[in-house]
Amino acid sequence: MRRLGPLVVEQRRVASRWTSALVRVAAIALALGLGALILEAGGYSARDSYRTMWDAAFANRDALAETLVAATPLIFTGLAVAVAARMLLWNIGAEGQLFLGAAAASWLAFSFPDAPRGLLLPAMVVAGAVGGAAWAAGPGVLRASLGVSEIVTTLMLNFVAILFVDYLVHGPWRDPESSGFPLSKPFTTSAILPSFGDTRLHAGFLIALGAAIVVWTLLRSTRFGYEVRVIGESQPAARYAGMPLRRNIVVVMLVSGGLAGIAGMSEVSGIVFRIQPDISAGFGYTGIIVATLGRFSAPGVVVAAILFGALQVGGYALQTTEVPPSIVQVLQGAILFITVGAEVLARYRVRWSPGREKRTPLAEKAP
Amino acid sequence: MSGTTPLVQLRGIVKRFPGLVANDGVDLELHAGEVHALLGENGAGKTTLMNVLTGLYRPDEGEILLDGRPVAFRAPRQAIEAGIGMVHQHFRLVDSLTVAENVLLGSRSPRVWVGRRAGIRQVAELAERYRLQVHPEARIWQLSVGEQQRVEILKALYRGARLLILDEPSAVLTPQEADALWDTVREMASRGEAIVVITHKLDEVQAVADRITVLRRGRNVGVAVRGELDSRALALLMVGRDVSLATRPEPLEHGEVVLRIRGASARSDRGLPALADVTLDVQAGQVFGIAGVAGNGQRELAEVVTGLRPLEAGSVEVAGRPLHGASARAAIDAGVAHIPEDRLGSGLVAGLSATDNAILKAYRRPPVSRGPLVDRRASRALTEQLLAAFEVSAVSPDAPVRLMSGGNLQRLLLARETAERPKVIVAVHPTRGLDVGGTETVRRVLREQQEAGAAILLISEDLDEVLALADPVGVLHDGRLAGVLPRERCDVEELGLLMGGATP
Repeated sequence: MRRLGPLVVEQRRVASRWTSALVRVAAIALALGLGALILEAGGYSARDSYRTMWDAAFANRDALAETLVAATPLIFTGLAVAVAARMLLWNIGAEGQLFLGAAAASWLAFSFPDAPRGLLLPAMVVAGAVGGAAWAAGPGVLRASLGVSEIVTTLMLNFVAILFVDYLVHGPWRDPESSGFPLSKPFTTSAILPSFGDTRLHAGFLIALGAAIVVWTLLRSTRFGYEVRVIGESQPAARYAGMPLRRNIVVVMLVSGGLAGIAGMSEVSGIVFRIQPDISAGFGYTGIIVATLGRFSAPGVVVAAILFGALQVGGYALQTTEVPPSIVQVLQGAILFITVGAEVLARYRVRWSPGREKRTPLAEKAP
Repeated sequence: MSGTTPLVQLRGIVKRFPGLVANDGVDLELHAGEVHALLGENGAGKTTLMNVLTGLYRPDEGEILLDGRPVAFRAPRQAIEAGIGMVHQHFRLVDSLTVAENVLLGSRSPRVWVGRRAGIRQVAELAERYRLQVHPEARIWQLSVGEQQRVEILKALYRGARLLILDEPSAVLTPQEADALWDTVREMASRGEAIVVITHKLDEVQAVADRITVLRRGRNVGVAVRGELDSRALALLMVGRDVSLATRPEPLEHGEVVLRIRGASARSDRGLPALADVTLDVQAGQVFGIAGVAGNGQRELAEVVTGLRPLEAGSVEVAGRPLHGASARAAIDAGVAHIPEDRLGSGLVAGLSATDNAILKAYRRPPVSRGPLVDRRASRALTEQLLAAFEVSAVSPDAPVRLMSGGNLQRLLLARETAERPKVIVAVHPTRGLDVGGTETVRRVLREQQEAGAAILLISEDLDEVLALADPVGVLHDGRLAGVLPRERCDVEELGLLMGGATP
């Protein structure tokens, strides 16, 4: 308890679920308000800008499809970060795992161009997962055996993965007809995910929803998920109960990397139909924000990913106006910043109590 | 020494914490040039008293006189400026800095940063003067624990300490390092410093102290000059005559040996030898009590039996089967229940629900485990059964257990640990922090388990508790089983001597 004049700030025993949801909605509103101030200060109409963004993201069927297209990779990377975070592991390497997953899936697409679609596509999903998992395996094993910080190792491996894909498209996989652009040759139709009607929305979105359900069930209803929850809350208790800490660290990192790897598969097979260096607009990093906003739960991640997808699509629409689209980054940053800050504040309650209370120095606690 | 004004006088110090009186009218006189031992068990109030003296706590009653004049320290800084230095059990050093940097860090004189060379020279001179061997340019992380302690002492001396308080200084040292420390302490005393050594080791007291103050349960129970009291008398003062020898467990028929420990040795988290060659047997229906001052290997013993700590040598057998390696899982499967000292830290998961906590041990086996899944209905049924049987009042089986009271937490833990008829129960400080009712419940449950044929290893600092429940009683000192006494031969004097590690 702290006293600031007549105000007493004290810790709540539990932050209720409702408070927590309310905090998120309020944070988004506050961030939009902040963005409006910035826009107006720059001489742009906030009203018009938000209108444009809203129309582009939600106004009609095509707009909604674009939003879901943008949300798809974020669901995967958000889940990847969330699964690891449940065990207090920070996978900052979803970006690199995405690239590796894309490369592994592409390799299948190039190796078996004439395989039947019903066989090739599932195989590419598996390859994407394996590629991503392989990229996360090293950090997982190092963390489990030697305690090396996975934050550093996963982050550093991102650059390696991106440069590796760069090498592939400049070298062995380069399309001879690309007139110098670093692109692979296009996939055959059997390596392309089906899409809905004439929109760009592809089956990758359904795979993402499926992945969310799998992750949700895994954490909620399985022995493995139970262990992950216990380990995330208290490692001493997990050790006390005889849970295999090291093995679970590795397994969780593999699952996390696998999810990010499927994001890469879904992008190359559902959107660009080939592999090239710009398949990801920082999806791996945005996934960290998405996971945080979604409270590291699978349903939360899906909602947060759709929100961020909408922001991204809205941002593209702004490019046709005079408004600088980087306002979207400002909004994304502000939402995260305000939510995380508000999260902490939600754990306290401020009380008006002008009475004099005996001050006890902080150092005094019973031994 | 009488006649001169004491350097420090504490008069009638009272310090209360919620629920306990840590110091209850303590008097203490410290003279320049003396080594003063502050002797007492854990929780006797030694450290609290010194925290009052060093300005960390403010006394609720009583006064502190320095050179005969009353002082009131509002912060540790003021005590340091007045010449009072303390070396805590846990060092406060910056690992990545050098010895000299640590010594100079935060000291007020000189106000301007001394040149690097000058600083090193000053520290080297100081070290030389007090025979504290340590290289001023070495970095802290490169030093042994004993060397780090010397840096702490240097730090206090550099700040002009006239009174130096050492809290359990030999606890982390090898015997050779301890000898070197005592040389330094005598050297400092001969130069007119006053030194307070907080300890529970009787040999140490006899070897270095000029005067001895014994604290028990927050009260000053005796002051003696060197040689006035022998170890036996000191032990009696320390442990007290008020230990109730009246309540004693009814003798039960013991069965065969269930827990067999042979020559068990293990290291502490810091890598120091903490358990040395412990051999004991616990029979079915027997409560084997382990008494002793905390930090003498109790924790390591409990962890070795429950598979949480690897054995360096020796063996642990449960019902004739050895527990191999450090595997909590193997111990659980062998039927070892564990009531750990930190209920909410390791025995229970604070942030998870009562249900999730209830299945912490059962989640691997049917009916709670169904293939790779956890059966929610079975978990819920088990939880409700445990909560009902032990009258645990939970806000809701889904609310985090963090919200439950201490008594309820301990009942939930007991319920879970005894649910499957354990062969062995390791109970560590099982009633610590509980009220009378809670304590009663714990004792009743242990008694029931004993009657049901469990072999119980009861580790407790509370001598009353050990004597009320256990037969026989063993005492751990310095990682060794200093002695094992059958219940009818337990007397306080004997136990106190063993706890203090006095060599007969």
